[in-house]
Amino acid sequence: MEDLLEILRSLHPDVDFETEEYLIDKGILDSMDIVSLISEINDAFEVTITAKDIVPANFNSAQALYELIQELADEE
Amino acid sequence: MLFTSYEFLGFVAVVILAYYLIPKKCQWPLLLAASYLFYLIAGVDCLVYILATTVTVYFVALRIERNTLRQTAYLKEHKGELSKDEKKAYKEGQKKIRLRWFVCCVLLNIGILAAVKYTNFFLSNVNGILTAFGQTKQLSFFSLALPMGISFYTFQALGYLIDVYRGTVPAEKNPFRFALFVSFFPQLVQGPISRFGDLGRTLYGEHAFDARTVSYGLQRVLWGYFKKMVVADRILAAVTAIIGDTNTYGGAYVFVGMLFYTLQLYADFTGGIDITIGIAETMGITVQENFNRPYFSKSLKEYWRRWHISMCSWFRDYVFYPVSVSGFMQKFSKFARGHFGQKVGKRLPVYISSFAVWFATGIWHGASWNFIVWGLGNWAVLMLSEELEPLYERFHGRFRFGEGLPYRVFQMGRTFLLVCCLNIFDCYHSLGETFRAFASMFTAGNWKVLWDGSLMELGLTGLDYGILGAGVALMLSVSLLGRSGSVRDKIAARPYPLRFAIWYGLFLAVLLMGAYGIGYDASQFIYNQF
Repeated sequence: MEDLLEILRSLHPDVDFETEEYLIDKGILDSMDIVSLISEINDAFEVTITAKDIVPANFNSAQALYELIQELADEE
Repeated sequence: MLFTSYEFLGFVAVVILAYYLIPKKCQWPLLLAASYLFYLIAGVDCLVYILATTVTVYFVALRIERNTLRQTAYLKEHKGELSKDEKKAYKEGQKKIRLRWFVCCVLLNIGILAAVKYTNFFLSNVNGILTAFGQTKQLSFFSLALPMGISFYTFQALGYLIDVYRGTVPAEKNPFRFALFVSFFPQLVQGPISRFGDLGRTLYGEHAFDARTVSYGLQRVLWGYFKKMVVADRILAAVTAIIGDTNTYGGAYVFVGMLFYTLQLYADFTGGIDITIGIAETMGITVQENFNRPYFSKSLKEYWRRWHISMCSWFRDYVFYPVSVSGFMQKFSKFARGHFGQKVGKRLPVYISSFAVWFATGIWHGASWNFIVWGLGNWAVLMLSEELEPLYERFHGRFRFGEGLPYRVFQMGRTFLLVCCLNIFDCYHSLGETFRAFASMFTAGNWKVLWDGSLMELGLTGLDYGILGAGVALMLSVSLLGRSGSVRDKIAARPYPLRFAIWYGLFLAVLLMGAYGIGYDASQFIYNQF
């Protein structure tokens, strides 16, 4: 989780990713952030996030994103 | 049948009346019959195209889902017998089958859209190349009728197919229910491009008559007609005059035309969508919102999150994300990071995918280089803003403007002007004409026409300008009021005489101030042609 928070903070240092639960709904992460994020996550966690995984429910909080990563890692 | 015709009003009235009089289980079949009748009136030829899309997407979606279910059942049945590699190989094999069906169906439907919409554009470019190489032979054009709403229903049906392929929505088993999703008449003309998961929630439901729902729907329809007939159609005369004669109307006139066109487009498109959403609402059906006060945007990026939302989210979810996170782009990103550094390497895939999206968005709007350049112009501004972001931050760090109202108004004004400048590509017929017109704003030096009465010779009288000013003020007020919640809820909370005065006043405004007259034909909605 700490690795993920570090990646997120590198995108937006001013956001409290540990508590924020509406990253997409509030427009904190835009489509460009998401693409950069996916690229870094795929490298760091050796998973493959595909377009069908890009839904607000998976990206609205660091916790939701972490759960997606774990799920994908288990599948692979 | 135009939304602004008496025939359409009569048609809608009969449909809504019948909708609540027949047994509830017959409501959605009635809508299907009404939608096909609506389409049939547009022309029998057009019916063939929508049927082709409906039938192919319906069957392929079912086929894909059946394959997925079979795969799950097979893996469950042979759970203990297959090794991890065997399972993976089996899954890969099945995925390839699904992909084949999916690609064929997408190509077929995009092919139909391309054939009817872009064949002549392609031929005119070939002719241009032939002429450039000194050939006298020219290819002849085809006279293909552009089926009503083809860009909208094709994208809506393909969005559904992609969702089924991804497994995010189940395939619709009933072909007639699916046919209604593709052809639902209020949104057939100009969208929004609905998702099956959203529209399907209320489209097939049984709806009892509810006076509040019906009156709210009718209020929304009335507001849509006000925007379309009082504002958009009234300003049309001036826009047509300016665009139609570039020799006479250059310089300051182009500036005026640009502003007027942006206003016309807003009133026309949001008005049309209000009518669509309102009609659906009278029948208890929820159609997604397509706008969120776009001219309150403080940047072009924000504007595109608030304007034509259904189209933008379609391109984002079904083109931008799949391209930018594809295996190829991920590899390219790694390569770029290795060769050009982290910063550039991260951005390149995003910029390339965005380029593809904006090219597609441009050509989706129309088969002309003007629309393509308009799309790429948006892309260039968005990418430039992204690149200049650190510079802005440093600038704002040094010169603090704060987040006060004056600065926000400046940002909104700046965005509005930028949108106006980009919209100029929609107006003129060729790129040469567009650039000449744009350049004339800086060279003609005729700004005095703004106050010397010349604007009165554009087909609008003083009264027209007065009505337009009042219409714009009302639209602005409603937008401002809508920021803190539903305007209709606020009006409904007022005493009855005031409510009556507001809605009756609006009705009278459409009736008395709408752009009518002897021989007047309410114009097509701008987005009909897309």
